[in-house]
Amino acid sequence: MSDDVKILTARWGKKDSHTLASYRADGGYAALEKALSMPPAAIVDEVKASNLRGRGGAGFATGMKWTFLPKDVRPRYLCVNADESEPGTFKDRYIIANDPHMLIEGIAIACFALDIHLAYIYIRGEFPRQAAVLEGALAEARAAGIIGKRLYGKADFDLEIHVHRGAGAYICGEESALMESLEGKKGYPRLKPPFPAVVGLWGKPTIINNVETLANVPWIVKNGGAAFAALGTGKSGGTRLFGVSGNVKRPGIYEKPVHYNLKKLIMEDCGGTASGRPIQAVIPGGSSSPVLRGDEIDVSLEFDAIKAAGTMSGSGGVIVMDDSVCMVRVLSRVAKFYAEESCGQCTPCREGTPWMEALCEKIEGGHGVPGDADKLLDMANHIGGFTICALGDAASMPVQSFVKKFKADFERHIAEHRCPHGEAAWGVSQDSRDAVIGGMRS
Amino acid sequence: MPGDWKDLPKDLVARFDTLLAPVLQRYPPDRKEAAMLPALRLGQELFGYASPAVQGLCADRLGTSAARAEEVATFYVMFHTHPNGRHLVEVCTNVSCCLAGAERMVRDLRKRLGLGEGGTTADGRITLREVECLGSCGTAPAILLDEKEMIERVTPEKLAKLVEGLP
Repeated sequence: MSDDVKILTARWGKKDSHTLASYRADGGYAALEKALSMPPAAIVDEVKASNLRGRGGAGFATGMKWTFLPKDVRPRYLCVNADESEPGTFKDRYIIANDPHMLIEGIAIACFALDIHLAYIYIRGEFPRQAAVLEGALAEARAAGIIGKRLYGKADFDLEIHVHRGAGAYICGEESALMESLEGKKGYPRLKPPFPAVVGLWGKPTIINNVETLANVPWIVKNGGAAFAALGTGKSGGTRLFGVSGNVKRPGIYEKPVHYNLKKLIMEDCGGTASGRPIQAVIPGGSSSPVLRGDEIDVSLEFDAIKAAGTMSGSGGVIVMDDSVCMVRVLSRVAKFYAEESCGQCTPCREGTPWMEALCEKIEGGHGVPGDADKLLDMANHIGGFTICALGDAASMPVQSFVKKFKADFERHIAEHRCPHGEAAWGVSQDSRDAVIGGMRS
Repeated sequence: MPGDWKDLPKDLVARFDTLLAPVLQRYPPDRKEAAMLPALRLGQELFGYASPAVQGLCADRLGTSAARAEEVATFYVMFHTHPNGRHLVEVCTNVSCCLAGAERMVRDLRKRLGLGEGGTTADGRITLREVECLGSCGTAPAILLDEKEMIERVTPEKLAKLVEGLP
């Protein structure tokens, strides 16, 4: 199987790749034209056959999600999740900046397949440039008659797509909080069930898909679901964008088959650590995914395979740490993030995440006492699974995995009453890095 | 009464209404309240910050309560219920940025600007904030300038020059 198939990144780096003219010159919107000649149910069947799984983090089967819409309730809505806020994740912004029409075509096909006439792209507030690119691309598509009163200028089907900018809240990447925010409220997640496909935006059936997920849809319609499935393995089809950051020689976005090997990605594609030192730890799928030790990274990134290794490929955000980094310092920072971003709705998360942060800081600062590492674990065990949304789990999993896998580091901080790394807790600096996304629009 | 939107400058309120009108078109006519985030952003841009008066204006135009507007304005970190300096420098200090030296960079910048735990310079020129992941991990470290421009692969030299050049 070739590792070189490029679906999402094929046009990145080309001059004016974000424009309609450029997209059309490369065959853009041919998939939408084809889709309009198909029965909508047949499009859903192709997506099912493709084994496309949600690229936002949960890896849920996209085609199956689409079938959860109740048959006879209208209107229905599509929300595109471009909130991309999980630390270590930076892929969707490049899809939007480099090939926004690929996303718009994917949205249009999905809406036609699902009889949806209004879609919102919820993009995080910290991406003003990308939001402007999207607005520009949508204006082009509207002016060209691709979206608007008649889809692709001919189908008796109206479709409007709007950009809705967030305002700085990680929680709004959680699908039910996203809908609350889109309704003009603070981002408090909703209890599930009912799931959004049944009761979603303004109480109506709503499909929520990640940017990368929808950007794959034109290729699937053009080449068939089976071809997409064949690029992957088992129940996971296609390629994925992996974003690698941290202590590697060549950080950046890499499009690879969904079941690509994590070690190969880091050692071969990214050139190993920038310092040349051994890998101490890898966060494989955004900061909420359980950490792997350097000797555990010879694993497939495929959703189910990596689950067997005790972690997840989540949003595809890989963070690499060499052996000069203090793992207690890293966990303190991760814990601070979840404490900061807890929305405050559920007590275990609202109260527990700052406790975990404070205890991490205490140990890192050399003030820990014997038993503190276990106390951290105990706290985490009382948050994950006890909250409305997955933020409680997201905050707990790093704590559980860091303490289990690097317990000696925690004990050493406690025994020595200091951080053994001193001022250099973030490790040796790495100034001379290449970046493979250098030539692309960011 | 203080904080009443009726005390806001009339010309700016008119401008707010003009700019808000096309935004409202994006939402179903009976769902105007959905425009709370864009309305607050717009109000903040025109009036300087999301003051109680701005919150009240948004609530009035969207047909909802001032409490709802306040709830939203205080929930999201990009809404500012108090004035900032003329420029807002937000430095990401999440994991990938710190692995690329962000923590040290912030510490040095604080010292250079004479700031303690963050906040605004005495001359009101710059507000410095540490923020959560900006989604620039592959091009770390990153800063967001005035919530408009993301600057990536920041070096201490680049940052010093940038900060000095801000009017």
